[in-house]
Amino acid sequence: MNALRILPILSGLLLAPLLLGIVNRTKARFGGRRGQPLLQAYFDLLKLLHKGAVYSRTTTWIFRAGPSIGLAATLVALTLIPIGRGAPSAMHFTGDLFLLAYCLGLVRFFTVLAALDTGSAFEGMGASREVQFSALAEPALLIALAALARLSGHLSLSDITASIGVTSWEVAGPALALIALALFVVFLSENSRIPVDDPNTHLELTMIHEVMILDHSGPDLAFIEYGAALKFWILGSLVVNVGISGLGGGTWVSIAAFFAGMFGLAVGVGVVESTMARYRLLKVPRMLWVAVALSVLSFTLIGRFTA
Amino acid sequence: MTLPLDTILVTVILTCFLIMGTTRLLTAIRISAIQGICIGLLPVAASGAHTSIRVALLGLVIIVLKGFAFPRLLKRAIRESSTSTEMMPFVGSTASIVTGILALIVAFWIDSRMEFLPGSHSLVAPVAFFTIITGLFMIVARKLAITQVVGYLILENGIYVFGLAIALEVPIIVELGVLLDMFVAVFVMGIAIFRINREFNHMDSDQLRNLKG
Repeated sequence: MNALRILPILSGLLLAPLLLGIVNRTKARFGGRRGQPLLQAYFDLLKLLHKGAVYSRTTTWIFRAGPSIGLAATLVALTLIPIGRGAPSAMHFTGDLFLLAYCLGLVRFFTVLAALDTGSAFEGMGASREVQFSALAEPALLIALAALARLSGHLSLSDITASIGVTSWEVAGPALALIALALFVVFLSENSRIPVDDPNTHLELTMIHEVMILDHSGPDLAFIEYGAALKFWILGSLVVNVGISGLGGGTWVSIAAFFAGMFGLAVGVGVVESTMARYRLLKVPRMLWVAVALSVLSFTLIGRFTA
Repeated sequence: MTLPLDTILVTVILTCFLIMGTTRLLTAIRISAIQGICIGLLPVAASGAHTSIRVALLGLVIIVLKGFAFPRLLKRAIRESSTSTEMMPFVGSTASIVTGILALIVAFWIDSRMEFLPGSHSLVAPVAFFTIITGLFMIVARKLAITQVVGYLILENGIYVFGLAIALEVPIIVELGVLLDMFVAVFVMGIAIFRINREFNHMDSDQLRNLKG
């Protein structure tokens, strides 16, 4: 039982960078290349941790504190994530889904502050876009979580994933599918993935996440990159937990389905990135509004289905 | 048992959102075709295992008309009038989606106020209201005459779904009469749009306020 309690944290800490490797491998396959090693993200992190950090004289303590606070808040969020019906999260209490949303909000807040602290107009532009898009992604995330809470009657992520099962899909299948779709859009947007932002571009005027971290170096950059990988894992596991909730089976089936789902999700992101173009910046809010609409719709539908 | 029906109704809602969000005329027509097919499947799914041949036949006629015939007529009207493929909206697509969210809430609210409806299924009536509102919105908020025909089709879909909420077994002769009326209406509108376009070199209904002498 104790092993099961630390499984969600441990697997997240160890496997999160691997997912980025899988995404890159999938994209390389589509491009006809062999691609970088699967473990490249780990090598990059190790390399960065061995380097020293360079700080501009115009920055203040906020710039130095930003990456550490960001990583700490992401780690707190990770402790709230359960694995399917098999393993509940290490820490769970009534209302922890709000803590999850606001931990992710705190990460974003300090990334934005650190970006603004550099005084670079370029980074300010990225910060403005990040805030604009996440202001729309956050309601979609919260309403989707609220819909799940309404369906299951619980306010804790572990209880929600534990109680949503085959019967929930029979009662409210379309609503659950919509929730999974809305969470997937939020997942793509919050992780700066392709319809919103291209993680590969570095000298383009349209990038969002990469532009905000241009001035970070060494261990700070490693913290940010690792935090981004963990965020990928956290939001991805929300999508996967909803997606696999329709499967029957016991503890181990659920855990196996979760890991298969996570790797499948990474491959799916790679496919999306290979086959889609990034949206114009004006089109991104529209996509996020559609995600909000899906969340609201599933929330109202669940009210009908369970009535 | 109700899962296929729920899925179709949710698909209808999604098509409404897509139509509100799209900026391209051909996409809107294509989505309205998908919605027409969903509407055609609806009576079959509603009656479930004991589907009579009448209901199945009616569904088939609806699918053929709304899913294939009307879109073809509209596409021909676009091709012959060689108008632009952009919608030229009064209300932009993002604002339209926000309006759609509000309309959805209003639709569910109206349904919760109307308790005299026989509770055949808890989703049919709100979906009907939402589709009707979407159709009206498309007629009001878009400039091109073709989009207004699409809005009219969506409006009719909503009214049909509402009829389903009140009585499943509408006499087939009535339904066929309505469908024939719609067919003629779309046919006439297609010709009218073609004429408007030939006469004025555009079909922007916003500019059709002055007489040409």
